[in-house]
Amino acid sequence: MKKFTFGFNKVASIDFLAPLAVGALALLSWDILVRTAKLPTYLLPSPLLVLKTLISDWGELFPSLMITLQITILAFIAAAVSGLLIAILFTQSKWIEKSFFPYAVILQTTPIVAIAPLIIMWLRNNTFAALVVCAWIIALFPIISNTTIGLNSVNNNLTNLLRLYKASRWQTLIYLRLPSAMPYFLGGLKISGGLALIGAVVAEFVAGTGGSKSGIAYQILMSSYNLQIPRMFAALFLTTGLGVIIFAVLTVVSDFLLRNWHESALKRED
Amino acid sequence: MSSQLAIALNHVSKVYSNGTIALQDMNLTIEKSQFVSLVGPSGCGKSTVLKIIAGLSKMSSGTIESDSIDSQRKSKLAFVFQEAALMPWATVIDNVLLPLKLTKVPKKDANALVEEALELVGLKGFERAYPRQLSGGMQMRVSIARALVTKPDILLMDEPFGALDEITRSKLNNDLLNLWERKHWTVIFVTHNIYESVYLSNRVIVMAARPGRVVADLTIDAPYPRNEEFRTSPLYNQYCREVSACLSKVVVYN
Repeated sequence: MKKFTFGFNKVASIDFLAPLAVGALALLSWDILVRTAKLPTYLLPSPLLVLKTLISDWGELFPSLMITLQITILAFIAAAVSGLLIAILFTQSKWIEKSFFPYAVILQTTPIVAIAPLIIMWLRNNTFAALVVCAWIIALFPIISNTTIGLNSVNNNLTNLLRLYKASRWQTLIYLRLPSAMPYFLGGLKISGGLALIGAVVAEFVAGTGGSKSGIAYQILMSSYNLQIPRMFAALFLTTGLGVIIFAVLTVVSDFLLRNWHESALKRED
Repeated sequence: MSSQLAIALNHVSKVYSNGTIALQDMNLTIEKSQFVSLVGPSGCGKSTVLKIIAGLSKMSSGTIESDSIDSQRKSKLAFVFQEAALMPWATVIDNVLLPLKLTKVPKKDANALVEEALELVGLKGFERAYPRQLSGGMQMRVSIARALVTKPDILLMDEPFGALDEITRSKLNNDLLNLWERKHWTVIFVTHNIYESVYLSNRVIVMAARPGRVVADLTIDAPYPRNEEFRTSPLYNQYCREVSACLSKVVVYN
């Protein structure tokens, strides 16, 4: 059995070094462009200046990032739990699935920017909750959709086996459907993690500068109003970095859970 | 060998909603501890027979008589599928444990039963392995252990060794026969392999397609234990030729 490793070997491997090199090259080109073209700071600050701003403004930017992270995590957990439950409900009968699935799609295709003001207005006493709800709506659909497919893609012979032993609906769910759906559910989580963050940022943008607790989007917005472009870039980098970290964490969790059996998590020697 | 009835199919038919006759007026009486093979071309309804017996498919008309079905079907019947049909996320031990969990056997009894079943199929030492770490033959052994764990009276096998290589197949055939001689379940074995059917069974039912029906019922009158000696004997060859002759009459090439 191959061991699940995530250590120095992985960090030193091509998976890590190659994108790092690309990133370094891009930063270098960016720096050279800014210097040679003598671009003003308010159009494009040099990467070094962005880094300096990030360090100097860390005390304000990082707490804001943590607020956005809180919104993201709450929305993500809500989406994961509710998405899983809704998918289970959908797969209990074709009728339920056929009746409600279109509405899940509508929820997905309605632009959140358009309905965020409504939600914020309805929950005007609790902006934080309103932001969580917006992010939750955005993060929900991939989990419902993926998990529903997963719960339905059960090996036919295994279904027959459970019927032979007169398995109850509950037993079929626990022993067969949920484990079969696991890779799909985890795939949905990976998509939703990033979407929850985007949802949180978009909702903060719509909520604007009024909120008492201000997330990272508020910082981006304020910086752009005040033409503090280096600070805007710094906040932007923090947000993107957070998104990457969320994805990486979910990938590690997913690979860990599937390490023993699913093709996607297996290392192969040819 | 006792001549108690294990299962009897009376005028069993299966017609699909599109009009295809999967099975037409099948009559089959199987005694306890018989090893019966159903041989026939694809579409002759041999797998359908197993599914109807197992209650996985509804018959359109006819009746089935069997003590093993009437009382508590779940503990008396076992099914081995064409593929191993294991849960990839579960270890060998958890796969074999599944029927006992489903039928709510107390955990203490269950562990002993699983150990016994794994021992029977020669899988001791592989309890913690995952299906993907096992060869096709080993996976099929797990599948057989899972069928045996509830101590069934009737074992329904649907081309269980069809996807295996010849060497593995012949080894599993021998092991299955050894087990059957010790345990004396009633086995209904579906295959498209004439040689396998003759080697294993004391009775071979030849079926034809369109509509699915029985065309011959041959007794393979050769003593057990059977081994490589039987496999190369004139008697074996003669039976193979008989089954083959029955089949060639009914198989229509198109």
